[in-house]
Amino acid sequence: MADQTIAAPSSSSTDALLILLKARTFIALILVFVFFAVYAPNFLSTANMVIMSKHVALNAFLAIGMTFVIVSGGIDLSVGSIVGLCGMVTGYLLLNGIDIGLGWSLQFNTLEICLIVILVGVAIGAINGFLITTLNVAPFIATLGTLYVARGAAMLSSDGRTFPNLNGNAEYGSDTFRWIGTGEILGIPVSICMLIVVGLLAAYIATRTPLGRHIYAVGGNERAAGLSGIRVNRTKYFVYIFSGFCAALVGIIISSQLVAAHPATGDTFELNAIAAAVLGGTSMSGGRGRIGGTIIGAFVIGVLSDGLVMMGVSSFWQTVIKGLVIIAAVVIDQAQQRVQARVALQAQAAIDK
Amino acid sequence: MKHPIGLSIRNGTKVYPGTIALSDADFDLHLGAVNVLVGENGAGKSTMMKVIAGVEQLTDGKIFVGDEQVTFKTTEEAARYGIGIVFQELNLFPNLTVAENIFIAREKTRGHIDIDKNAQRERTRALMERLEQDIDPDDLVGDLRVGQQQIVEIAKSLAHNARILILDEPTSALSAAEVEILFRVIYDLKSDGVGIVYISHRLEELIKIGDYITVLRDGVITGARSMEGVDVDWIVRNMIGESGKDFAKEIEHPFGEEVFRAEHVSLGSSGGGLLVDDVSLSLKHGEILGIYGLMGAGRSEFLECAIGRHPQAMGKLFIDGELLSEKTVAGRIKRGLALIPEDRKNDGLVQILSIRENMTLSSLMQFTRGFHMSLAREKSTVADFVKRMTIKIASPENAVSSLSGGNQQKVVISKALMTGPKVLLMDEPSRGIDIGAKAEVFRVMRKLAAEGLGIIFVTSDLDEVMSLSDRILVMSNGRITGEFDRETATNGALVEASAIGHTTTTDNKEPA
Repeated sequence: MADQTIAAPSSSSTDALLILLKARTFIALILVFVFFAVYAPNFLSTANMVIMSKHVALNAFLAIGMTFVIVSGGIDLSVGSIVGLCGMVTGYLLLNGIDIGLGWSLQFNTLEICLIVILVGVAIGAINGFLITTLNVAPFIATLGTLYVARGAAMLSSDGRTFPNLNGNAEYGSDTFRWIGTGEILGIPVSICMLIVVGLLAAYIATRTPLGRHIYAVGGNERAAGLSGIRVNRTKYFVYIFSGFCAALVGIIISSQLVAAHPATGDTFELNAIAAAVLGGTSMSGGRGRIGGTIIGAFVIGVLSDGLVMMGVSSFWQTVIKGLVIIAAVVIDQAQQRVQARVALQAQAAIDK
Repeated sequence: MKHPIGLSIRNGTKVYPGTIALSDADFDLHLGAVNVLVGENGAGKSTMMKVIAGVEQLTDGKIFVGDEQVTFKTTEEAARYGIGIVFQELNLFPNLTVAENIFIAREKTRGHIDIDKNAQRERTRALMERLEQDIDPDDLVGDLRVGQQQIVEIAKSLAHNARILILDEPTSALSAAEVEILFRVIYDLKSDGVGIVYISHRLEELIKIGDYITVLRDGVITGARSMEGVDVDWIVRNMIGESGKDFAKEIEHPFGEEVFRAEHVSLGSSGGGLLVDDVSLSLKHGEILGIYGLMGAGRSEFLECAIGRHPQAMGKLFIDGELLSEKTVAGRIKRGLALIPEDRKNDGLVQILSIRENMTLSSLMQFTRGFHMSLAREKSTVADFVKRMTIKIASPENAVSSLSGGNQQKVVISKALMTGPKVLLMDEPSRGIDIGAKAEVFRVMRKLAAEGLGIIFVTSDLDEVMSLSDRILVMSNGRITGEFDRETATNGALVEASAIGHTTTTDNKEPA
């Protein structure tokens, strides 16, 4: 009896608070958007929207892969380097094909090039998975290692030079390569379409497949997950492979957009991806995070940096502001966890009586 | 008065958001005596002790030490008044040595900078001698058995000359021999004038050791008196407000064919020697097989071998007469084994996930066609199990960590049952849950057995193993040292068998 009188008046306000806290990233996005719509000239123009969403998409791909990795209790620092290496592989295949040593070379069409590059990304992801599961290397160290190896390999592939003029060759069927970066489907840029597909796929995996549930369980408590019959290693392999896959897509899109492949492309992209995931409510200790939240997080970061550029804020200040936003996000996240735990405990206490 | 009052609470009330954990409590803590505190989980015992130890503060009411009114804002303030607490969940650092753990945050130093390791080591050695434990001060705590870790925790409080020592379920992880040692230590401390608060669910134990008893129910003190003339009935009556519940109502049913057989199962330990030493046993459909033994007798390790946690384990397992060739946990679950681990928090549940997600973790494929999972079917199955197991929850979407121990255990059992097992392996199924929930868990076990499930359960509680098992095996030092059926088993015989070949705890100064 007594506990109900205490719980009742506070519950409606905590409920409202909880909803507010849960939607915080979305609210932040709206605030940022409205702010720039008012203060940045041309911010709402269609051209700007398209450019901005293309920027956001690149980070969002990586952040989606990163979300799975972080939810599983790991971290993938190598994605930026995979982007660089995959871009270089794309450029190399477009320009040179593969020399099979018989005096002529093997050339590929656009689709084949994309598949090969994706295979490269997946393979590096698999190497990460192998290091982390079979060889039991801490994820931070393992992916730090592949970060350097992949970046070095990208540099070696061209001796540090850029592969220019990636226009493809109609003879080989690779002239459609530029379409990935510049084309549109029903008026929507191709990269955005791809993001929608990958985003929906990832969200589906996370919420509606046993695999997704396993990822959350492994990140929440690896021992309990293992004893419940979950194949922990297989789950970990998947998240790093998926992250590598996402990075490969970004590598392809960037080299198509720039019509060139530079080996330093993707430097520090991994940090932006982690930031987007965290901003979207992913817990660095694993077990918690949503794909939708991550994509919104990527948009907040993207809109913020593009909007600040349009307002003419110095890039130094942009970096400071980005850092502050991330810290604020995590602080609010902590508050949400506390409120949520309290609400659950209250409800349980009412039942236990 | 024979025992002076060292600390008292008057009109103590503690309100948490949504609940009153302690309501208008008057409590006297006698020095030089064992003050027993008993009540179901959530009755307010721990809250009261946390208030005394400075972990929490009273919402209303007063605490007196002697004649002085005090409020403890931190554990350090409480420690200054000589109050030490050993929590049920151990607060030790597995990566540090025993000596380092004992002096953590109170390091013995030269000039506040340099740690005097030798002094710490000497003091630790003296404490271990007093506690009759053969633990080296330089051993890593992580390498010790749970029972030994508990001893270290107690030593930690003793090292700071506690005048009031609060022990929250100190024996829940101790072997019988270790409990004896602990009791002797408690008598020692008592004669030194230390006031001891002793919280436990083991009623017999309380009656044996206690001088004063306080019973709590729903935050209210329902009985407080000296221990003279107190019996189990009186305690239970005050605890649950009705006459005692029987652990298990007998349901007589015939056993079926053999469902599970283990042949020559052995498991080596990382430090050399065998944790499980050539264990063979067989189990019939509908049979409850109790494995009794001390901590570290290899009981839990045997269950872990059975479920496939140790791929390097030797020996053969059979289910329904067919060889179990699967090496992985997943494969063995598919063949009809299910484990309910001893350590609910670390092995049984994913605390961050919801009740629903925890329950279905082992059986997601049931709701999956191809790769698509039906959330609707999952939800209805969960609701079904919640009803069947009478789990008290506000919503299956709440985090599993919001549940009490008993309800958490039911979630773990539901998870195991959802896989449709033929053999249920239960490791200390009643650990850390209150008497009401315990009785319910046991009733469920009986019912499952009657439905034809084979159950192997491990316990260090004599009453439990005697009242629940159809057959009892006793393990000691990794071996099976005794087999009894329900008629031939006696407490004495079980204890005797559990001590066979036990060198680590019983050889040092164990009285007859």
